[in-house]
Amino acid sequence: MASIDIANIRKSYGIHPVLHDVDLKIGDGEFVVLVGPSGCGKSTLLRMIAGLESVTSGEIRIAGKRVNELAPKDRDIAMVFQSYALYPHMSVANNMSYSLRLRKVAKEKIASVVSGAASKLGLDPLLERRPRALSGGQRQRVAMGRAIVREPKAFLFDEPLSNLDARLREQMRAEIKKLHKDLGATSIYVTHDQIEAMTLADRIVAMNGGFVQQVGSPLDLYDRPANLFVAGFIGSPGMNFFEGTYRNGQSPRFETKGGVTIPAQVHAELADGASATLGIRPEHVEIGTTAPDALKATVDLVEPTGFGIILHLSFGKAIFKAFTNDRAFLKASGEIPVRLPPERLHFFDADGNRV
Amino acid sequence: MRAKPILLMTAHRLAILAYIAFALFPLYWLLKVAVTPNDLLYSEGIRLWPSRATLDHFDFVLRHSAFPTFFKNSLIVSGSTAVIVTILASLSGYALSRFNFRGKYWLVALMLLTQMFPLVMLVAPIFKILSPLGLTNSLTGLVIVYTAFNVPFATFLMQSFFDGIPKDLEEAAMIDGATQFVAFRQIILPLTLPGIAATLGFVFTAAWSELLFSLMLISGNDQATFPVGLLSFVSKFSVDFGQMMAAGVLALIPACLFFLLIQRYLVQGLTAGAVKG
Ligand SMILES: Nc1ncnc2c1ncn2[C@@H]1O[C@H](COP(=O)(O)OP(=O)(O)OP(=O)(O)O)[C@@H](O)[C@H]1O
Ligand SMILES: [Mg+2]
Repeated sequence: MASIDIANIRKSYGIHPVLHDVDLKIGDGEFVVLVGPSGCGKSTLLRMIAGLESVTSGEIRIAGKRVNELAPKDRDIAMVFQSYALYPHMSVANNMSYSLRLRKVAKEKIASVVSGAASKLGLDPLLERRPRALSGGQRQRVAMGRAIVREPKAFLFDEPLSNLDARLREQMRAEIKKLHKDLGATSIYVTHDQIEAMTLADRIVAMNGGFVQQVGSPLDLYDRPANLFVAGFIGSPGMNFFEGTYRNGQSPRFETKGGVTIPAQVHAELADGASATLGIRPEHVEIGTTAPDALKATVDLVEPTGFGIILHLSFGKAIFKAFTNDRAFLKASGEIPVRLPPERLHFFDADGNRV
Repeated sequence: MRAKPILLMTAHRLAILAYIAFALFPLYWLLKVAVTPNDLLYSEGIRLWPSRATLDHFDFVLRHSAFPTFFKNSLIVSGSTAVIVTILASLSGYALSRFNFRGKYWLVALMLLTQMFPLVMLVAPIFKILSPLGLTNSLTGLVIVYTAFNVPFATFLMQSFFDGIPKDLEEAAMIDGATQFVAFRQIILPLTLPGIAATLGFVFTAAWSELLFSLMLISGNDQATFPVGLLSFVSKFSVDFGQMMAAGVLALIPACLFFLLIQRYLVQGLTAGAVKG
């Protein structure tokens, strides 16, 4: 196992920059998840660490050693591909042992390592099969098995679960977490599934357009998003935003463009009259409240999810969502009282940064 | 309701049958003439099968003509050409499929250009080049010429097969600890067997039936390949059709055997199951 340092990495394809000054220190045994919208450069970063893409500038160090110029085979890392990339002409056992055979590991050692990994992943009865005779979930396990037999310095995962159905994804997610607990291997995991990111990560790296937006623990990103992008990206249903003006003074408040006044806490960084964006998570919106400072919102739509209810609400033109577990709201319609608790509000300045 | 599909299917089958009959008829005729005794060849008119069949022509061709030499020469030339071309085309096709290098565009354009000339135009210059090198009237010379003419097309053919193999596979192999060449040899090449078989078959048949260069570059029976050899059954005064056709039937055998051998790879989709399915 090893630490991975990514120092001011840049990547361009021709004149098109894809990654801008990415700087990241990944500790020994840490599980880091890269999230971001499609095309933001997650796979590119992962492939650079693996040695499958060249580094335009900056330095990558694995266990303190510069690897920019090393071929993938000399970096001693393992990778699980989104497509699994199993060797179709080899049996499951041979797929898993390929890396060991290339390294000329003794036959008995290979056999014991492969059978160990196979039993860990429940692949024992499948060892002699070809990949084409496996289900998607089984192929996924073989891909994991191929990675773990070698005890590499680090594991790289590029959306390993995105081809599985929801149920299987849940199960594999838990297995990956367990596996990481067992092996304690340094892992970098790319996904755009938030639940995977939240549940697996020691730290999440949120990326957008080739820039790192925020690095922190899952709850950090959830509770204190550094900017509008992270606030909107993490969480489902996503955070509600209102544009408007911050008013300081006797009673600090926020006036939305639609003319709704929302009581707020003091934010010294925002000047009186500064334009700002207010954010609040749907589960923090209080509905049906009898508080004296309640506002009136119109119910546009009620979405039961089973686990709870998502209410689509609006203040005039400004639409937002509320999430509740109270089934009484299944029949909500017309106007209902709504309160946005001041301590739950997030404020972002005109540049979109958290204040 | 049901009459229409059945009618359509029958028509479909009939059309295919008609096509097959049309395509195979010359072969049938070859066989028919080969087994027709000389005295019946002109006397019986046009019949689908002679009243008396004989293997005399085969016997004569195998024992008393130079045909076995032609056959051997052809086998050497076509076999070597097929193997050499396939090896070269695998390497260059892989390079075209996987690497970006300077001048790639021009290289491809140049290779396409070589395919555009009618070969007849090139006979004289090629003779001029090969003759001082002592490569005329030699099987080696023929192999070189055939290889040169077949490599471009075979390269494009192999490239398309390599393009069909996901890049992830060799990347996975490289991460597992293989060099690019080892990944090519151990992962990609086995998966390209159908492509290799197709290329081998294509080049082999092309070389097997090539007449123009063989006729121009080779003189004398010792080095002649079988298409040239067939012409030796044409004498100044007559054409010995029976023997010629018998030789032709024999010449078909290696091509048939060859395709029988490789057809397993031609139909097999080996990459199934490599990536998500
Ligand atoms: N070979 C290439 N040549 C040019 N541009 C490329 C190349 N590979 C990737 N890109 C560009 O780099 C950017 C980042 O791609 P990347 O595959 O890293 O995205 P990603 O974050 O993994 O997206 P996804 O979630 O869809 O997998 C994209 O805009 C893409 O168009
Ligand atoms: Mg990607």
